[in-house]
Amino acid sequence: MLDHNAPLRPKAGAAEDQRVIKLAVLAVGGQGGGVLADWITDVAERNGYVAQSTSVAGVAQRTGATIYYVEMARDTGRLPVFALSPAQGDVDILIAAELMEAGRAIIRGFVTPERTTLITSSHRIAAVSEKIEPGDGRASSAKVHATAEAAARRFIAFDMEKIAADNGTMISASLLGALAGSDALPFTRETYEQAIGAGGRGVKASLAAFGAAYDRARGIAGAAPASGTTETPSTSEAGPGVAKVSGPESLLQGWQQLAARIDALPAPVRDMALRGLKKVVDYQDIAYGGEYLDRLGRALALDDAGHAYALSVAAAKHLANAMCYDDMIRVADLKTRSTRDKRVRREVGVKDGTVLQVTEYFHPRIEEFCGTLPAGLGSYIESRPKLAAFLDRRINRGRHIRTDSFAGFAALWFIGGLRRWRRSLLRHKVEVAHLERWYELALGHVREDYALAVEILNCRRLIKGYSDTHARAQSKFDRVLSALDLVKGRPDAADWIRRLREAALKDEKGDMLDGALKTVASL
Amino acid sequence: MAERSFAKEVEKLRLGAGEEFAGEGILAITKALLQCGVGYVGGYQGAPISHLMDVLADAQDILGELGVHFEASASEATATAMLAASVHYPIRGAATFKSTVGTNVASDALANLASGGVTGGALIIVGEDYGEGSSIMQERSHAFAMKSQVWLLDPRPNLPSIVKAVEDGFELSEASNTPVMLQVRIRCCHVHGHFIAKDNKRPPMSVADALDAPRRDTGRIVLPPASFLHEKEKVQKRWPAAVDFIRRNKINEIFGSDHGAVGIVMQGGMYNAVIRALQRLGLADTYGDTDVPLYVLNAVYPLVDDEFLSFCEGKQAVLVVEEGQPNYIEQAFAAMLHKAGRGTRLVGKEHLPMAGEYTGQVMLDGIGSFLRAEAPHLLPGEVRAPNKSGEGVDTADLINVVPGRPPGFCIGCPERPIFAATKLVEQELGKHHIASDIGCHLFSIMPPFELGATTMGYGLGPASASAFNSPDAKRRSISFVGDGGFWHNGLTSSIGNAVFNKNDGVIVIVDNFYSAATGGQDILSSRAGNRTKSTKHPITEAVKGMGVKWLRHIDRTYDVGKMQDTLREALTTDEKGPKVIVASSECMLNRERREKPLVDKAIKGGERVVKPKFGVDEDICTGDHACMRLSGCPSLSVKSLDDPLRDDPVASIDQNCVGCGNCGEVADAAVLCPSFYRADVVHNPSRWDRFLESARRAVIGLLQRRRESRRLTFADA
Repeated sequence: MLDHNAPLRPKAGAAEDQRVIKLAVLAVGGQGGGVLADWITDVAERNGYVAQSTSVAGVAQRTGATIYYVEMARDTGRLPVFALSPAQGDVDILIAAELMEAGRAIIRGFVTPERTTLITSSHRIAAVSEKIEPGDGRASSAKVHATAEAAARRFIAFDMEKIAADNGTMISASLLGALAGSDALPFTRETYEQAIGAGGRGVKASLAAFGAAYDRARGIAGAAPASGTTETPSTSEAGPGVAKVSGPESLLQGWQQLAARIDALPAPVRDMALRGLKKVVDYQDIAYGGEYLDRLGRALALDDAGHAYALSVAAAKHLANAMCYDDMIRVADLKTRSTRDKRVRREVGVKDGTVLQVTEYFHPRIEEFCGTLPAGLGSYIESRPKLAAFLDRRINRGRHIRTDSFAGFAALWFIGGLRRWRRSLLRHKVEVAHLERWYELALGHVREDYALAVEILNCRRLIKGYSDTHARAQSKFDRVLSALDLVKGRPDAADWIRRLREAALKDEKGDMLDGALKTVASL
Repeated sequence: MAERSFAKEVEKLRLGAGEEFAGEGILAITKALLQCGVGYVGGYQGAPISHLMDVLADAQDILGELGVHFEASASEATATAMLAASVHYPIRGAATFKSTVGTNVASDALANLASGGVTGGALIIVGEDYGEGSSIMQERSHAFAMKSQVWLLDPRPNLPSIVKAVEDGFELSEASNTPVMLQVRIRCCHVHGHFIAKDNKRPPMSVADALDAPRRDTGRIVLPPASFLHEKEKVQKRWPAAVDFIRRNKINEIFGSDHGAVGIVMQGGMYNAVIRALQRLGLADTYGDTDVPLYVLNAVYPLVDDEFLSFCEGKQAVLVVEEGQPNYIEQAFAAMLHKAGRGTRLVGKEHLPMAGEYTGQVMLDGIGSFLRAEAPHLLPGEVRAPNKSGEGVDTADLINVVPGRPPGFCIGCPERPIFAATKLVEQELGKHHIASDIGCHLFSIMPPFELGATTMGYGLGPASASAFNSPDAKRRSISFVGDGGFWHNGLTSSIGNAVFNKNDGVIVIVDNFYSAATGGQDILSSRAGNRTKSTKHPITEAVKGMGVKWLRHIDRTYDVGKMQDTLREALTTDEKGPKVIVASSECMLNRERREKPLVDKAIKGGERVVKPKFGVDEDICTGDHACMRLSGCPSLSVKSLDDPLRDDPVASIDQNCVGCGNCGEVADAAVLCPSFYRADVVHNPSRWDRFLESARRAVIGLLQRRRESRRLTFADA
């Protein structure tokens, strides 16, 4: 029927019904972009169009960015000459299966304000480079949204991955729904559904996801909240948090007293202080909450409304984190709570009639062991390297503990119970000393340089991780603060400390930080 | 079993004359082979040819019915050597592989085949992996055609044209006693289109017939003096015959007006891109009708002098569209014009880039620039002097935002723990020189592992570390080779070489039971049974057979600790000679494909099944991401907590986790953090399971309630 070598006729101007529609799909390998391209081709053919789809299947390229490309034109009996890959400025419909892929499409010039309908799922799949930063390496979604609004003729974005997952299928179905709902192609909804039906596998789930995305794209789903549903934090005021606490009456009374102290704080500090308070009380006890508020009081005494209480807010946040250091007791406590059991069951999706077994991965070393001993005994061992090494050989190995079993649970439950002696243990002594040094250092700067004091408090963010990672974090923290003497007195001292901290969060070993420190040294 | 099954599609290979075939380019090529009465087919997988091999493997019943012999060759050299069957016998044969990597491997056999020439049509279908998405170095197959003097077809990228090229190729091969290469670009292989089928043909002579009546002709054997005669025969007999065939059968096509001051010459594969550029310049319609004279080279080697010169007749300038470099075609045409004393100006790389893929934009710019310079009157006003519309949107900002997304290891990949262990060993013993190889394991060079300094060819990882063998060295080299590369070339070139030369380095053979990177085809050491191939030949036995004395076999790569210990031992042992570690675990992609339906069926059928999945306790995770720097697994990612006390996102494992165990093992081996847990869900638990669970939950619940009744509990904590 279609003769590609038909005799040539004089060029007959591109009449509208001969127009070629160009559609590109940018996806992350494994998202089912090929299925989507096949469906689109099928829909086009069902509607009396000739269509051609191509891809670089790249069998090896499992998780990288991939492009599928479809061209279609009304079937007039002659086969159009279709291109095999999308060209800059020449794409009518661009479908991105992930938000950064939409960004990539814009960068590559496949999205133009005159003609391109850009349909993208707004969810994110973090690239490896975003995940491996010790800080928050994730790309800014807002920037992509903002550029897309300007770059595309029409911009349709919502979380299509969620729609697919909610319906138990792949994102290809919801992407097709969004395409159909966008009306960017002159085809009816039924023909799309026929194409899905012809696929034969998981048709029901696919159709459900298709329908939900179709409605969303049409804007019919009026009741649905706007994309990127931001749940407003529940504690904009101090009140609600108090109601959500339960426990024995005596402790509740103690809590009420602490909560009353929160209410007496300046308004800007209350939210963070309440969160911090809950964290430390949950970590240890009511008395620990009192200590927390006492410490916070030292910052407040130096603070004022003129600075919007920035120092106290930072103190409220970082004191709580510093006081809730991650020791064996905390880990064991968290892993043996009933709320944790419920969360695991929810996340894993345990259904009735099945049994859940949970294995924990621990690798204790002599350091953790000594930290959990009474301070005197702990430091006695630590100061004797031979003894420490001897014990380490017995302790230092991976332990896989089943917390659904009697023995495994009991062991962790017991360690979690050491909480009441925590204050007398070696780790606590070390942590308190460290905390006081840092806190004093910060508060000591308030008078000369308020902003610098806040930045010193914020450096607490650097301390995280366990074992070697924790040691590296400590070293970064020390290195950042080592610059204090160099920048002190400069008007931009706080800025420098902030920059150093941000550099420290960029890579594992702190190479960026070392570079930044060199810059500081040369000031 | 290959990753993609074509069991359903291959039924299209049975279509008869007049029926319409609809499907992918590779499937069309297979159908064309059968329509041409091919007698035997061989090849080696690799994009974009993998699917052609998979189609052939799935079509073995149909091939059998027609008496066509099919082989999954050991390498491209093997596949090309197989074409020796067409030297003395009038049997049509085809070999197929990825180019130029495969052509490099094949070139020994190709040179010998080309020297003696063929009697039956010999077609080499090369899948050109050039440009975007390519995983190999960017070179041209054209050079191979030139140096061995085999003919090269480069048809227009649509199904009728490539099917016709297969037919033409066999006839051209027979008419000129020369093997013919048919080049198909990657997108053309995967293009979805239509053509009208013909009946399949049984080969007039089968390989069985040939075996029953052996023939030989000393004049066809590559040995002096015959080989000297072959050189002359190539230029005196075979070349003119080929040129004559191409001219007579109008293999090359001419489109557009037959008079005009300018024209465009192009490789057939570039035709659609040229037309698109002309369409965008307002010089062609949807169907490719244009006033610009076009000379389309479906045969790019040899070129037909008089055909080209007559195309140039009366033209003031001609543009050559030739992708890749060096620009052999442009040079040859320039020489023709010069020798013929013609005044036509020949341009090419002046308007088009010397190197790189000719994308839509490149083509639009290049052809636009050519026409503006040589024939501005052809162009519509708005194209001749475009109003600088300006791209409008500034994307400079976005370039710094959007992260690169190179391919990497799949979810649950068994190779990930091998490189996690290597990274950990390097943290102990310092950096080492690491030689990589071709295969999935090459993703080790990317973040988060960043291991590996070179890649020198398939199966050549250890060979590429062979210079690093010095008695003065304090550190050993580490080299990697996959099971695919091992059987392709590595056994001799890498292992044998290391044994013979007493190399002291460490060799890790990554054994995932398949040629995984090319789509999961079976190889000698595959552990599954295969109806038509012999599998289950252990790599360890082959390595021992080569004379390796220090050999360790790890049968579960997810044991990061063991992997780490073994690597450390290999790097520090006093033993001389190569230290070989065979690290085996099944490719997760293939394993999931194999097991998932079985598991689902077993669960439905009421059998007791344990399904593992990993999770992260978000309140224990401190957001340092150390685990991700030893993983890069797509299902292990970051998520924000709705907690202003926490600045950094924490680790999170999504629903795609297959429970491979790497997360827990790495957390343990690297002493990371205790936030990972493995959740095993027992489906259809036995009565004992259920009894044990209820007893355990009673006791655990008691302990939990006891503690929780003595403390404050925060609902959102």
